[in-house]
Amino acid sequence: MLRINNIEVVYNDVILVLKGLSLHCEEGKITTLLGANGAGKSTTLKAISGLLKSEEGEVTEGTIEFMGEKINGVDPEKIVRKGVFQVMEGRRVFEDLNAIENLRCGAYTRKDKAGVKRDMDLVFDYFPRLRERATELAGYLSGGEQQMLAIGRALMARPKLLLLDEPSLGLAPLLVKEIFSIIRKINEEEKTTILLVEQNANLALQTGSYGYIMENGKVVLDGPCEKLRQNEDVKEFYLGVGETGHKRSFKNAKHYKRRKRWLS
Amino acid sequence: MSVNYCGDFKQSYKDDMRVMQTPFIRICIFSFIVFLYAFPFLASTYVVSTVNVIGIAVIGALGINIVTGFTGQISLGQGAFLGVGAFACSYFMREWGIPFWVAMPMAGVFTAAVGMVFGIPSLRLKGLYLAIATLAAQFILEYLFLHMDMFTGGSNGVYFPSPEAGPVVFDTDQSMYYLIITVAIMAVVFATNLFRSKDGRAFVAVRDHYLSAEIMGIHLFRYRLLSFAVSSFYVGIAGSLWGAYTQYITPEHFTIHESINYLAMIIIGGLGSVLGSIYGAVFMTLLPQVLTVITSWAAHVLPSVGDLIMSIKEGIFGLIVILFLVFEPDGMAHRWSLIKAYWKLYPFSY
Repeated sequence: MLRINNIEVVYNDVILVLKGLSLHCEEGKITTLLGANGAGKSTTLKAISGLLKSEEGEVTEGTIEFMGEKINGVDPEKIVRKGVFQVMEGRRVFEDLNAIENLRCGAYTRKDKAGVKRDMDLVFDYFPRLRERATELAGYLSGGEQQMLAIGRALMARPKLLLLDEPSLGLAPLLVKEIFSIIRKINEEEKTTILLVEQNANLALQTGSYGYIMENGKVVLDGPCEKLRQNEDVKEFYLGVGETGHKRSFKNAKHYKRRKRWLS
Repeated sequence: MSVNYCGDFKQSYKDDMRVMQTPFIRICIFSFIVFLYAFPFLASTYVVSTVNVIGIAVIGALGINIVTGFTGQISLGQGAFLGVGAFACSYFMREWGIPFWVAMPMAGVFTAAVGMVFGIPSLRLKGLYLAIATLAAQFILEYLFLHMDMFTGGSNGVYFPSPEAGPVVFDTDQSMYYLIITVAIMAVVFATNLFRSKDGRAFVAVRDHYLSAEIMGIHLFRYRLLSFAVSSFYVGIAGSLWGAYTQYITPEHFTIHESINYLAMIIIGGLGSVLGSIYGAVFMTLLPQVLTVITSWAAHVLPSVGDLIMSIKEGIFGLIVILFLVFEPDGMAHRWSLIKAYWKLYPFSY
């Protein structure tokens, strides 16, 4: 569905962030993109949704194809109409609008009133908490509710591909679990393709079906999520689990640092 | 002796904070200063007088950049503060017989005090609201210039005595040039160093996120007022120099037009950049002059079209400013740093 071929992204004509990144999102599946801070995950999402332009970034090499159509260099508002919707990092709800109005904004690109109404009910079914606080200003919602609102707002656009940038940011573990189970539900019921960027590797690898691990602007390892979960390097560096399967103990005085080999 | 290092090889914070990063830059800066002092011998009086206006504009632009660019408090009263400095300096010299060398800093301090009074709303007001409050300062001061005859001479204006140092009287373009350039260099050096200090960083912190700044122990009100004070001090000095240069000051020069002109300078040059203030001052002073030359040339060569161009000169000026902002929204200083970064590793910029 989405195919990124060897893209290179440069900010301000000077800073090279993505160095030949390729990835592929299969229709109806959840693809996860993992990586440390500064690996270029958010830049990848911005390259897809076209937001790079406003930050003086540019895709200099390679192509981004959505349903067989090249979308790099297209304006963000046009990309949304093609069916790609990005949920930005850090929620970004419209604080002075209430929850319902926020959701209506999400449906800005749609014309079918009945469908919008149906989807609004659908969002409220997914996030019952939002229904309780529907008429409250978004600025007064709690962090978790705002994240729900942000995802709900994305659903209102009926996207074919949903880009989620760190939905767990700053949320309590329980709430994170809840949101991830809803994400999985959305994927199963609405058949929405999802590209998930996450720091929480454990959760992301359990949620997704195919995973990519990024380092320094490149994909260093990819594979089905179950396989990635078994990979020694992933265990050591992303899941924080030692070779024996339990948490690494520092009791043993002699300790050598495992080197990353990225063998799949 | 390298022009510019191809990477970041600094090993201490001291290296990082150095003003003159490489020996080459040091040589460039010092030769530029030598060139500035030799300039009146090389150029015509007309060119020298233009540079005088630029020098005063640099000091004023630095002043407004400190409050608006670095501390993030929009101020639309700079034109009037310029007047406060000029009238105060003239008053000290005429009525109290104080020499210019003492009267100029005194006028600066006086303007700083006035600036602080009008900076008080910054405690509660932000952004556009503060802009309107400082706009009120502009109109109040303009009213006072016109009606406090004993200080300002009302609409007639007052005479501004020329500065004297022993036998030397600063009443020509050349002599004023040395005075203005010296003060301008001092102003640039002080501003550059201010933003390498604790207080300078506090200004930037207040601009970037005032709540974070407050939570780090920065007294918001004190720093907002301080920025108004430092800024107004600069503008007061610029006003005094302007008075000494023109020798006669009237309230007409210190209108809202002047305030907006200065604001345009720092926006074009680069908000929050010392170099940007200089670029902006040069650009905004030279542009009308260049336009005059071009339009008068056009009027000469193509009389029919030329007259038309002559009459829409102001419009062309506005158009150029708009186009400049469209293509260079972060100012000339930003573009310059990008150019430097690009050439650092030429031809492989990344």
